[in-house]
Amino acid sequence: MSETLNYWLVIVGILFVLLNIAAFLIWVERRMLALWQDRLGPNRAGPFGLLIILADTLKLFFKEDWIPPFADRHVFVIAPAVIVISVLLSFAIIPFAPAIQIVDLNIGLLFFLGMSSLGVYSIVLGGWASNNKYSLLGALRGASQMISYEVFMGLSLMGVVMLSGSFSLRTIVEAQKDYWFVLLQPVGFVIFFIAGIAETHRLPFDIPEAESELVAGFHSEYSGMKFGMFFIGEYLGITLISSITVALFFGGWLGPAFLPPLAWFAIKTAGFILFFILLRASLPRPRYDQLMEYGWKILLPLTLLNLLVTGGIILFLNQP
Amino acid sequence: MTPTEKLATELMLKFGDSVLTQQQTADEVATFWVAKTHILPVLAYLKKESPEPFPLLYDLFALDERSRSDHKTYPSKDFTVVYHLLSFKRNQFIRLKIALKGEYPSAQTLTHLWPSASWYEREVYDMFGIRFEGHPHLQRILMPLTWQGHPLRKEHPARATEMGPFKLWDEKVDTEQDALQFKPEQWGLQRHSDDADFMFLNIGPQHPGTHGVLRIILQLDGEDIIDAVPDIGFHHRGAEKMGERQSWHTYIPYTDRIDYLGGVMNNLAYLLAVEKLAGIEVPDRVKVIRVMMCEFFRIASHLVWYGTFAQDLGQLSPVFYMFTDREKIFDIVEAITGGRMHPNWFRIGGVAQDLPNGWDKMVAEFIAYFPKRLKEYHNMVMRNSIFKARTVGIGIYTLEEAIEWGVTGPGLRACGLEWDMRKKQPYSGYENFEFDIPIAQNGDCYDRAVVREQEMIQSLRIIEQCLKHMPEGPYKSDNSHATPPLKKNTMQDIETLINHFLNVSWGPVIPKGEAMSCIEATKGWNSYYMVSDGNTSPYRSRIRTPSFPHMQMLPYISKGYTVADLLSILGSMDYVLADIDR
Repeated sequence: MSETLNYWLVIVGILFVLLNIAAFLIWVERRMLALWQDRLGPNRAGPFGLLIILADTLKLFFKEDWIPPFADRHVFVIAPAVIVISVLLSFAIIPFAPAIQIVDLNIGLLFFLGMSSLGVYSIVLGGWASNNKYSLLGALRGASQMISYEVFMGLSLMGVVMLSGSFSLRTIVEAQKDYWFVLLQPVGFVIFFIAGIAETHRLPFDIPEAESELVAGFHSEYSGMKFGMFFIGEYLGITLISSITVALFFGGWLGPAFLPPLAWFAIKTAGFILFFILLRASLPRPRYDQLMEYGWKILLPLTLLNLLVTGGIILFLNQP
Repeated sequence: MTPTEKLATELMLKFGDSVLTQQQTADEVATFWVAKTHILPVLAYLKKESPEPFPLLYDLFALDERSRSDHKTYPSKDFTVVYHLLSFKRNQFIRLKIALKGEYPSAQTLTHLWPSASWYEREVYDMFGIRFEGHPHLQRILMPLTWQGHPLRKEHPARATEMGPFKLWDEKVDTEQDALQFKPEQWGLQRHSDDADFMFLNIGPQHPGTHGVLRIILQLDGEDIIDAVPDIGFHHRGAEKMGERQSWHTYIPYTDRIDYLGGVMNNLAYLLAVEKLAGIEVPDRVKVIRVMMCEFFRIASHLVWYGTFAQDLGQLSPVFYMFTDREKIFDIVEAITGGRMHPNWFRIGGVAQDLPNGWDKMVAEFIAYFPKRLKEYHNMVMRNSIFKARTVGIGIYTLEEAIEWGVTGPGLRACGLEWDMRKKQPYSGYENFEFDIPIAQNGDCYDRAVVREQEMIQSLRIIEQCLKHMPEGPYKSDNSHATPPLKKNTMQDIETLINHFLNVSWGPVIPKGEAMSCIEATKGWNSYYMVSDGNTSPYRSRIRTPSFPHMQMLPYISKGYTVADLLSILGSMDYVLADIDR
């Protein structure tokens, strides 16, 4: 009985914390961008402007729930939910600490890849259902970008799988007791992170929404909480990619004993989230075809090479 | 033999005096009346056959002569169409005029000689109702398609109060909206090709990438641009019409708002023309003060361009750093003039006040501060490989194309032509300054950026020389036409007293005549062509702005690129809508 209760508590707890983190990131991103751009950012509401989170959320909730008359109603409503749900489901397999994990699937990584593929539907359906030319262009860009980057997102992780011999994230983290996989798989890490940025379509890969070209891209027609879902989905996506990166390459919860495992996990993840924001503050956006070329012509061969070399070395070391 | 006499002899020998009549003007630009039927051969000769040709159609506009005191004298006319050409070889302008008779006359189109004539002729049609025979698409350009009348005709009201109350009833809303609907067939655009349906994407007038109320309709195949149709006029405020009801003095603040990033530089272009008309020679101190303020505004304008260009390409941060620096320039501008973006500070014959105490300290601080910032921006933006990938080889035009389309300023210098009006036809004492003309060779988006970036360094050099060699003396000419005249003369000198009285009661009276100025403004060459009928307000004020022809060229240079490239091209063009629409 108490085990079932405990189980439910973990689920609800993680859900609660994640949604709060996503909301909190609104403030973090705006303040950090402001810091790097020599300005103040939101600093009026509450201590350090923290209440801006509340104000933003309330605003989103109370906006008119508007569906354009020319839109495809049902798809238009479903699209924003898809991204939030698929990202939240991905969190199920993340080991935040030895005792905090919703489910330790033996195909954990594949589950994550599957869920992130589902995220594409959100963009495609949202852009398509909006029945707006800018949304359509954004959706098409988004679809092709995410599908191409998924190819080597998956492949870049296979090095880690080979090293640990498992798809389970818990096993992968435990396999990093001696050294983090980033040392053995630096190329895999870089490629996975780049693909992760493309997957969350953040600058410099925010081509599906490229505001100076496509206004707001696939979510141009969205407002209120439906827009909020895309917004939250994006921040959850950042958190997800950061936590996966930490779990796969940076030893997950492992760290010196003076801090609890969960704290190590949180600190490492926060570092990557900040890196996401720093990227947004510093880089311009490549053109759509340049991004695709970069993916297929540079990153994909590099991934395959990485796989080949890793496999070769493992075979060489393990030969009797 | 002066260049004008040489040109006159050449043309007279070729065409004879039955076709050409020379006219004297206050600005000493070679001016000829050409028989209406012969204008095309004369223009074609000047462009193609003349040993030292005039390849650039600088400006084309019209005048409504019907209320002018001398419109009955030779040649008798109701309307005049004026052509300005420039020869790079001679470093000389030529002005050709044709006299038109009748209420709604017509003239021949120039579009097959110069593609850039197209928009100018549409503007003349829009403003005067003069038709151009053979024009491929003679349609209103600045006013709404539904507009009644032609605003620059003298009978068209200049004030809203003369037009009756504005009402917008439902049917009218429908008509107006219908007129704004884009119909590809009207522009000769296909809806389909053999293997694809085209998408027509309406960008603007409200769009984050257009920097203002600009509308561009793109004909797209996927994301590739097949053709583009810019729709301008949303920022049209009738600045030229306003000139006709403002006094010569009270028109100055309107000029500030033409290229609204150029501030007092617009004042200078206007005042140079007025001072030529009035025969005012300004003191050295005034010249140097004017140059210094203009160069500050050049830097300020280029900083806005720099930041927003980077932002158009997705780089979010530079614009904040650059606006901070621009704010430092505005601190200086504020200390000197009391204003910021539109200080309205130059006056006929001088400037509004002398420089305040301590101005030199502020300027010196800025000179010490700014170069290392520019270096930082160079590393941040110009050396960024994504930035390069987005701009190198994009939006290329050659020098010949640039001249054909009337491109001036940094856009021209990015094609390798070392031509800066401050050097070639110095005004306001620029001949006394040492500075280089930055050029680049490829004429793509990146090179246009390089030229502007380097220009900021040169502007800083000029400012430094202003600081070191600021002459002593009065800040206003003692010419009695200076407005307002020097206070110490008002009670002593009878001419000044009379003029002061007139200035205050009516506004200054500028002698009859016509004159044009041409300055190297922030975005290209800016000209004011002022016609005085010996009155308290201009008879006609023509404002030639650089952004207008630049925007006209957009379809030509963006074909075959993608939507994302369009933003690079627009960003590198450095236009403001107020400068296009006036």
